[in-house]
Amino acid sequence: MNFIEKARIMDGARINRALARLASEIVEENHGVKDLYLVGIQRRGVPLAMRLADRIADLEGSRPLTGILDITLYRDDLTTVGASPVLNRTELTHPVENRSIVLVDDVLYTGRTIRAALDALLDFGRPRRVQLAVLIDRGREHRELPIQADYVGKIVPTKKSEIIKVLLNEFDGEEGVAIVERPDDPAA
Amino acid sequence: MTKLLITGGYVIDSTQGINAGKNVLIEDGRITALLAPNDAAPDDANIYDATGCVVAPGFIDMHVHLREPGQEYKETIESGAIAAAAGGWTSICAMPNTDPVNDNVAVTRFIIEQAARARLNGVCANVFPIGAITKGSKGTELAEMGEMRDAGIIAVSDDGHPVPNAGMMRRAMEYAHGFDLPVVDHCENRSLSGGGVMHEGEWSLRLGLRGQPSLSEEADAERDCHLAELTGAHVHLCHVSTRGTIDIVRRAKARGVRVTCEVTPHHFTLTDAAVEGYDTNMKMNPPLRTEDDVEAILEALRDNTIDAIATDHAPHHADEKALEFDGAPFGIIGLETALGLACDRLVHQGVIDLNRLVELCSVNPARIFNLEGRGTLRPGAHADLTIFDPEQTWTVNAETFKSKSRNTPFHNRTLRGKPVTTIVGGRQFAQEFEL
Amino acid sequence: MISESDLPNGRFFNVHTTRFSNITMTFSRQHLLGIRELEPAEITHILDAAENFRHLADRPIKKVPTLRGRTVINLFFEPSTRTRTSFEIAAKRLSADTINISASSSSVTKGETLLDTARNLQAMSPDLIVIRHSSAGAAHALARVCQAGIINAGDGAHEHPTQALLDALTIRQHKGTLENLRVAIIGDILHSRVARSNIHLLTKLGAHVRLAAPRTLLPPQFAAIAERNLEIAPNIEDALTDADVVIVLRIQSERQTDAFLPSMREYAVHFGLNKKRLARAARDVIVLHPGPMNRGIEISSDVADGTHSLILDQVANGLAVRMATLYLLSGGTPHGAANIGDALLRDST
Repeated sequence: MNFIEKARIMDGARINRALARLASEIVEENHGVKDLYLVGIQRRGVPLAMRLADRIADLEGSRPLTGILDITLYRDDLTTVGASPVLNRTELTHPVENRSIVLVDDVLYTGRTIRAALDALLDFGRPRRVQLAVLIDRGREHRELPIQADYVGKIVPTKKSEIIKVLLNEFDGEEGVAIVERPDDPAA
Repeated sequence: MTKLLITGGYVIDSTQGINAGKNVLIEDGRITALLAPNDAAPDDANIYDATGCVVAPGFIDMHVHLREPGQEYKETIESGAIAAAAGGWTSICAMPNTDPVNDNVAVTRFIIEQAARARLNGVCANVFPIGAITKGSKGTELAEMGEMRDAGIIAVSDDGHPVPNAGMMRRAMEYAHGFDLPVVDHCENRSLSGGGVMHEGEWSLRLGLRGQPSLSEEADAERDCHLAELTGAHVHLCHVSTRGTIDIVRRAKARGVRVTCEVTPHHFTLTDAAVEGYDTNMKMNPPLRTEDDVEAILEALRDNTIDAIATDHAPHHADEKALEFDGAPFGIIGLETALGLACDRLVHQGVIDLNRLVELCSVNPARIFNLEGRGTLRPGAHADLTIFDPEQTWTVNAETFKSKSRNTPFHNRTLRGKPVTTIVGGRQFAQEFEL
Repeated sequence: MISESDLPNGRFFNVHTTRFSNITMTFSRQHLLGIRELEPAEITHILDAAENFRHLADRPIKKVPTLRGRTVINLFFEPSTRTRTSFEIAAKRLSADTINISASSSSVTKGETLLDTARNLQAMSPDLIVIRHSSAGAAHALARVCQAGIINAGDGAHEHPTQALLDALTIRQHKGTLENLRVAIIGDILHSRVARSNIHLLTKLGAHVRLAAPRTLLPPQFAAIAERNLEIAPNIEDALTDADVVIVLRIQSERQTDAFLPSMREYAVHFGLNKKRLARAARDVIVLHPGPMNRGIEISSDVADGTHSLILDQVANGLAVRMATLYLLSGGTPHGAANIGDALLRDST
C-alpha cells in the first residue's frame, strides 16, 4: 500500500519541545516523580515513554519507573487487523499497585487502543491513578469511547481518510509527524 | 437379420495384422467382413460413422470387483457392466470376493443370470465370472472348480484373500490345470505386509503409515512362478506393481513358465508420493509404489513382460472412503478412466503404440482367459468392438460416472484419449443409458 | 480499531527491526497439521510468539481476553492427560470457551467415530479443533470435512507438532539457537510422532540430528525423511558423543509383544540413557523426554532427575507453545463470518 504524504506537521525539534512540555506537565500534576510510572504502549509509545522519563530525570534529578505494555492480546479486532497478529513483549517489571501510571502513546484517535491498554494494565494490579499522555490527539470527534488524554503534545484535527504517521528514529530512521493519505481512498 | 456397418474408422487388430482404415460389417452379433473404405455398403445396413476413431476388438478387463451379491450399494453386476461399457470395455471378469464368495455353482449361475438380465435392459459389457480357488477363499479347502467351470467361470482366484500356504497353492494349480483354468493370484505375503496401508519406503516412514514392503508381493510372485513351473499350470499374476515382481515374471517367462501378468492404470500413473495428503483414494492394494517401480512397469509394458492392462475396479461407498487413512478400505474404481489413462500416459508419451495398447486391453486378455471368438475382429468373431478417439481431450468428472461409486484419484484430471462408443454383441452402447 | 502504528508500512516508511519489535513476519495458516510443511521462518515465528506467552504465566492475572467468544474443541480419541490439559489451560488463559470430547474408539470402528464426530462438531461451529487420534492423517481427514482450524495434537505415528515446538522452545532457551546443535534422538523412532516432528523442526532450523535405536525400530530409509542434517548413528554411543541435546523417546511394552524387542530389560541395558552413557555427551548437554517416562527403561532416574534434565521446563513451555498456536491460528479466522467469507479471507491471506 502506498501513502501520499500531505503535510509534515512536526519535525524532530518540535517533537523534542512537545516532549519537554509534556514532561514538566506530568511532573507538576503528579508533584514530582514519587510513585510515577510511565508505561509506553507498544510500539511507538515505548520510545516516547523512555524519552519522557529522561526529560523528567533532567528536571527532577530522579528518573521515574518505566514499563512497556503490549495490548495485542486485549484488542477487540483480532480478526480484522489482518492475517497475522503481531505480538510484542510486555515488560512491567515493577508492580503497578498504588502507583501513579501515565500511559504513553503516539496518537490518540478512536480511543480503542487506550481501552485495551487499560484492560491490560489493570490485569497487572490496581494502580492508584492512571493518566494518559499522547504526542498527537486527532480530536474528540473521532473518539468512539469516552477516553481523553491528560497530556497532549499537539492537537491535529484530521479527516477520517487521513492517517497520522509518527516517525521516530527507533523505528523509522527519522523524526517527524506527517499527515498521509491513501491515494486510492475514495473519501480522499 | 440386422446389419451394422462401422465406417471411416481405423481398424487395429494384430490377430489379423491389420492396421488400416477399414469398414467393419456386423450381422446378427457377429463380425462378418472387414471391407475396404471404398467398398460399397450393403443397402440394408445401419451405418455408424467412426471417422477419426480407432476401431478395435472389444476391450476385456480381466480384473473387476462387482460387489454383487452382498454389497450392492457399492456396485451391482448391472451398474458395473454399464460402467464398463461407458469406459470402452466390452467384457469384464468378475472377481469372486463377493458375499457369499463365488466358490460354488449357485453363485456362478447367479452372476451369469444377473449379467444376462442386465443385457436385456440394454447394452452393457459381458460379464465372465472368476471362481474362488478355495472354499470361502479361506485357503484351506479347494473350491469346486470343475462344476463352476461347467457353469461358466473362466479362471480361479482368491483375490483379496491370497492363498497363504504354498502347499495349498500347489494343489490348486495342479487341480485347476486339469480343467484348463488359469490360476489368478494377487501376490501378497501377509506375514510381510500385515497391517500395511501403503508402500513401505521413504514416504510411509515420513507419513507415519504402516508400509507393505515390495518383498511381500515379490515373495509370492516368485513362489507362484515356481509352482507353475512345477505343476505346468497357467498362473496369471494380478496387478504387478514392483520392479522385483516384473523381473521375476521376465525370468520365469524366459525359462518357459506359463505365467502371464497384468498391470493397473494407477500403477503406471501414480507413485507413493501421492499419499502425502492422506487422500484415501490413493489407498489400494497393492499400494502405489515408487518412481523406479513405475519405470520398470513402463519398460515391461514395452517389452511384452506385462501381458494386459486391467483396472482392479474396486468400488467403495463415499462414507467408507471418507475415513482416516488406516480405516478406509483398499481400492479405487477404474472402468471409466482406464482407457483415457492408457492413451494419455502410454501412447501419447511414447511408451507403446496403439497396436500394443489393443493387444494389452483386448487380444491378450482374450487369449489368457481362453475367451473364444473375442479379442479379435476376424469374421465369425463376436461383434464386440471398442471405438475410441485417441486424440480427444477430456476432463474426468466422477459425478458423471455410471459406476455407483466415485472413489477415483483421477477426478478432474485431463486426459487425451477417450472411449467414443462400445459395441457388444453387435449392439451399440448408448452413453445416455439410464439405470 | 486501527491505530496508526499498526498500519502497513508505506512506501517511504522504512521499518527497522529494533529490540522493540520481536515478531515481524506473518503467519497465515488455517491449520497446524505438521511441522514438515512449515517454513523455517514460520517455526521461528511460533517460537517467538510462545516466548512472549511464557511471560503471561508470571502475571498476577494469567488470563487475557484475546479469544473471548471463540470455541476451542479438544477432541481426543486417545487417552492423554498432559497434552489435553495443556491445550485446555492454554485456551482458557486466552478466554476461549473450551469443550473436551474424549471419544472412545472401542465400540465402533475408529473411522466411523471420527467422521461422525466431525460432522456433529461442525454443527457447533467451533473456531478451532484440537485433535489427537491413533491414525496418521486423522487431522488431515478432519481438516477436509470441517470449517474450523485444526490443530494436530498427535496423529498415529505421523506428527505431534506442538511437542516439537515446545522441545525447540526449551532448547532455544538453554542454547540460544538451534543452529549447528548436535541433537541425539534415542528410542522407538519408527512408531514415534514426536521423533518425526522433532526431526523436521530441528533439521529445518539448522540442528544436526542423529538417530539411534534397535534396528527393528529404525529402518535405514529413515534418514531420507528430512531434506538435510539427518543421519542414523551406528549405535547409541556414537549418537550421544558430543551431543548438545538428547531427546529420549518413550518405549512401549507392546514393542515386546509385537516382536520388535526381546524384552524391556534388554532394551534398558543396550539403549537406555544412563549417567555413564550421558557422559559421552557435551558437558552442558540437556535431556528432554516427551513423557510419560518409563524410569529404568529408556531413561534412568538419576538422569531423569539430574541437572541436565529439563523435563519440567518442557511442561511450562508446552503451555506457551499451545497458547501461541491457538492465538496465531485464530488470527486468520474471521469471527462470526459465514463460511464462504471465511474461505475467501483465507484464500486472500
